[in-house]
Amino acid sequence: MTRYIVKRVLLAIVSVFIICAITFFAMNAIPGGPFNSEKALSEATKQVLEQRYNLDKPVPVQFVLYLKNLLHGDFGVSLKTGRDIKDTLFSCFKVSGRLGLTAAVLAVIAGIILGSMAALFRNGPIDRIIVFFTTLFTAMPSFVFATFLMLVFCIKLRWLPVWDASSKSLILPVIALAAYPTAYVTRLTKTSMLDSLGQDYIRTARAKGVPMVKVIFKHALRNALIPVITYVGPMLAYILTGSLVVENIFTIGGLGQQFVKSINNRDYPMIMATTIFLAVVMVICNLLSDIAYKVVDPRITLD
Amino acid sequence: MEAKKNPLSMQIDPALFEAATDDEKRQADVMSESTTFFKDGMRKLMKNPLAVGSIIVLLLIIITITVAPLIVPYSYSEIIKVNGRRDRSNKNLAAFEYSEMEQKYIEEGGEVFPHILGTDSLGRDYFIRVVYGARISLTVGLFASILVLIIGVIYGSIAGYTGGRTDLIMMRIVDIIYSLPDMLIIILLATVLQPILENTNNPIVNALGTNMICIFIVFGLLYWVGMARLVRGQILTIKNNEYILAAKSIGAKPAHIIRKHIIPNCISVIIITTALQIPSAIFTESFLSFIGMGVNDPMPSLGSLANSAREGLQTYPMQLVYPAVLIVLIVLAFNLLGDGLRDAFDPKLRSK
Repeated sequence: MTRYIVKRVLLAIVSVFIICAITFFAMNAIPGGPFNSEKALSEATKQVLEQRYNLDKPVPVQFVLYLKNLLHGDFGVSLKTGRDIKDTLFSCFKVSGRLGLTAAVLAVIAGIILGSMAALFRNGPIDRIIVFFTTLFTAMPSFVFATFLMLVFCIKLRWLPVWDASSKSLILPVIALAAYPTAYVTRLTKTSMLDSLGQDYIRTARAKGVPMVKVIFKHALRNALIPVITYVGPMLAYILTGSLVVENIFTIGGLGQQFVKSINNRDYPMIMATTIFLAVVMVICNLLSDIAYKVVDPRITLD
Repeated sequence: MEAKKNPLSMQIDPALFEAATDDEKRQADVMSESTTFFKDGMRKLMKNPLAVGSIIVLLLIIITITVAPLIVPYSYSEIIKVNGRRDRSNKNLAAFEYSEMEQKYIEEGGEVFPHILGTDSLGRDYFIRVVYGARISLTVGLFASILVLIIGVIYGSIAGYTGGRTDLIMMRIVDIIYSLPDMLIIILLATVLQPILENTNNPIVNALGTNMICIFIVFGLLYWVGMARLVRGQILTIKNNEYILAAKSIGAKPAHIIRKHIIPNCISVIIITTALQIPSAIFTESFLSFIGMGVNDPMPSLGSLANSAREGLQTYPMQLVYPAVLIVLIVLAFNLLGDGLRDAFDPKLRSK
């Protein structure tokens, strides 16, 4: 058990390091430096600036320095705004985090309920409807669904304003982000619920006279939820990447919008910082969900 | 004189029997012909209404996008002119609507090909743009999947077949790539590769557009890991079978064993995964195009069409609906077809 956790943590650290390396060297490979702007700088000014930002040193040394700064929480300065990236990153992450967590919680709860319902009323009309919608939503990219939601509720029905800074406007983005994960969790729950309903211990429980409701909640659902735990990590990753477009569609000032904006502005330090930040969040989520999986069900060997 | 028959004897009196007629003989024949694995799978696939439906939908889409450019006289980047003159009234037309100038021209006896899905904000025929968008999306999906297939199968079979330390190292690399957030890396690489590729004057790069190359590069770098894992797992189980041992004992070379024994045995899993890889590639491409990192303008893709339709969402919502519905249809059809293929061809699910 401990060995497994240590192994997973090591793998996660290696992944984070590789992400930092890819990001750093990729950004370095782009032709042109930050001071090659239209206004030509004098040679002396350039030298001073390069010295200030360690750009005169060889690339590997720069990489080590960059990592050192990252460990101290120093992400550098945005080329576009000149502000400290750390502040922007954290203020944006608050917005995105709230959005993402709400969507994740919604997806898990709705998915488990729908999935169990589909399994319990197998081949009935409820099951048919649920299967239809899960199939549809797994085939719909989040940006398509988000724009459709906007089209229907903001433009055609006018129930919600197209743009609003108040918290009420989070409803549509949350739904848009949660649609795909909900469908996926529903499918997962349904298959594993059907699987566990067919197990011997369910029959034993029924045979000794345990009421059906208790059997479902205590025996079937508990065991059926194990695969859902493994999906939590990838789901958060999906929601984070999905928020790249959803935040742009609904103009929410979160990390996703910041990321796309910095790409369009070619604000390289900002792109680096956001990539590394998001990647670390995703790697941590995956790590936690893998470990949780192992803790919940010791029978499983992931190797 | 006939011997008295013992009442307990098992001897049977032949006189009680009569010969079978030809008709009855035929009934005893084995009814079904022997089928191959492929035929049996196809028969199962054809019984699955969802799979057949998606095959029909896909065929219709493919026929439309190959035939339409031959019939429709407009090109995807052409701003429509009437009789050689610039038409300023043909922007954002609805489906099958003619602009004022075209109306006048028709009254004068000229012929204008109808705009099946209207025109976009620059006065280009929207139908042909959607058709080309679907072409691009499908091509990207198909080629990316083939790329994934080739790299994944080669890598996975080497790792699985060699085993030991090589396998361990190769699989650690796969683990690491697997744990990288793919979409972020794709966006990152696309941002980086764009300025690098823009400066080269390679004819292939110019023909395809830098973003397309980026998409293929990242698919080749990142997406093969799933396939590699799968193939390795398959090979590990197949490798321990007796017929592999037999082949080895008569001196077959590893390449021969992989080609002749192992690949045919895991081909169904590979095909199913490839079929399911296509929609995911289309998803990724449309996602990238939507955030403005996909195909280069004026080349349309379904994602970039949806993205540019966002500006006029309040007034011309149909411009969003057409590409969006098409993406959903294509992805849905491939998903259902993949599921159908899995049910029909995966031997492990057979008994169920």
